[in-house]
Amino acid sequence: MDTFEPQIVAFCCKYCAYAAADLAGSMRLSYPPNVKIVQLPCTGRVDIFHLLKAIEDGADGVYVAGCLEGECHFLKGNLRARKKVEYVKRTLVELGIEPERVEMYNLSSAMGPRFAEIAREMTDRVRELGPSPVKAEAFA
Amino acid sequence: MIIGDRKSLTEILDMIKDCRSILITGCKGCVTVCNVGGLKEVQVLASSLKIARKKEGKSIAIEENLLERQCDPEYIAELADVVHRYDAVLSMACGVGPQFLAEAYPTQKFFPAINTKFFGGATGHGVWEERCAGCGSCVIHNYDGLCPVSRCSKSLMNGPCGGSANGLCEISKDVVCIWDRIVKKKMEQGRLADLLTVMPAKDWSTSRDGGPRKSIREELTQ
Ligand code: SF4
Ligand code: SF4
Repeated sequence: MDTFEPQIVAFCCKYCAYAAADLAGSMRLSYPPNVKIVQLPCTGRVDIFHLLKAIEDGADGVYVAGCLEGECHFLKGNLRARKKVEYVKRTLVELGIEPERVEMYNLSSAMGPRFAEIAREMTDRVRELGPSPVKAEAFA
Repeated sequence: MIIGDRKSLTEILDMIKDCRSILITGCKGCVTVCNVGGLKEVQVLASSLKIARKKEGKSIAIEENLLERQCDPEYIAELADVVHRYDAVLSMACGVGPQFLAEAYPTQKFFPAINTKFFGGATGHGVWEERCAGCGSCVIHNYDGLCPVSRCSKSLMNGPCGGSANGLCEISKDVVCIWDRIVKKKMEQGRLADLLTVMPAKDWSTSRDGGPRKSIREELTQ
């Protein structure tokens, strides 16, 4: 298990998390290369289906990163995203998969270091959990 | 519209446990509007079932489909070419859908993915409430537009019963006593005297008690 490098998909809002990732880059902060970022116009755009599809296609972890609560550009997109993340967590529980593989984070565009910290936190968490039981290669 | 909830994944997975391929068919009618059996819900269910199978190291082929309505034979006929390519079909329509499908394609297996619950409407985002029980002989004009058949736990024609307290029904703190509402509305409208008339017992023969029902419009039959 020492060689396990989790594959993580992060759905990031362009007004906060995506901009924070940019800032982390210009600050030369390093964060794990395990995280693949998908930019969204608002986390309200993320659908339950997108999160499930990432898991179905073999992601070991998935997270959504939106603006701080109360600061969404579209007022409630991040609150709706949280509810979708919670739905997916419940689905995973029902399927006997660790719900911690999916998470919702909130940060602002000024929080470059927090972006790197979240990426590390999620990578460490998923590394601890081990490979997703949904891995495509397990699939005959 | 008809309101339902999706069955648990555990129950659906058990239904299709012997299947290696399934067709999931949604409906663009009521179940799309109440977000339980439209395009998005078909996609979410398909993905959830694939995750479950992959987790067990097994495969399942799933085709996603959406019909205009599953309560009209002409739309059911659209599945004629594909319906037998799969081990079974999961319908995400109300209970009418899998029955129309089963009647049209007697050799195929159909499973309901939805628990069909009631006739109602949305009272907020993500919240639906019962408003009609299809009693076949509407009497809501006597109750200022509030239906005691579907909304009183005892379907009382003359209420409230002794269990009404603080506007709530005795069965649960989450259930409004519709008779409390009826009385208050009559008071507000100055029509309280209406309630002095004792309503006769309802004739339930037009309801489910009269057996399965049918509606025939002679001017439309061919
Ligand atoms: S009285 Fe009967 S038909 Fe009218 S709303 Fe109530 S259940 Fe429906
Ligand atoms: S408390 Fe109200 S709603 Fe409940 S059974 Fe009695 S009259 Fe009907």
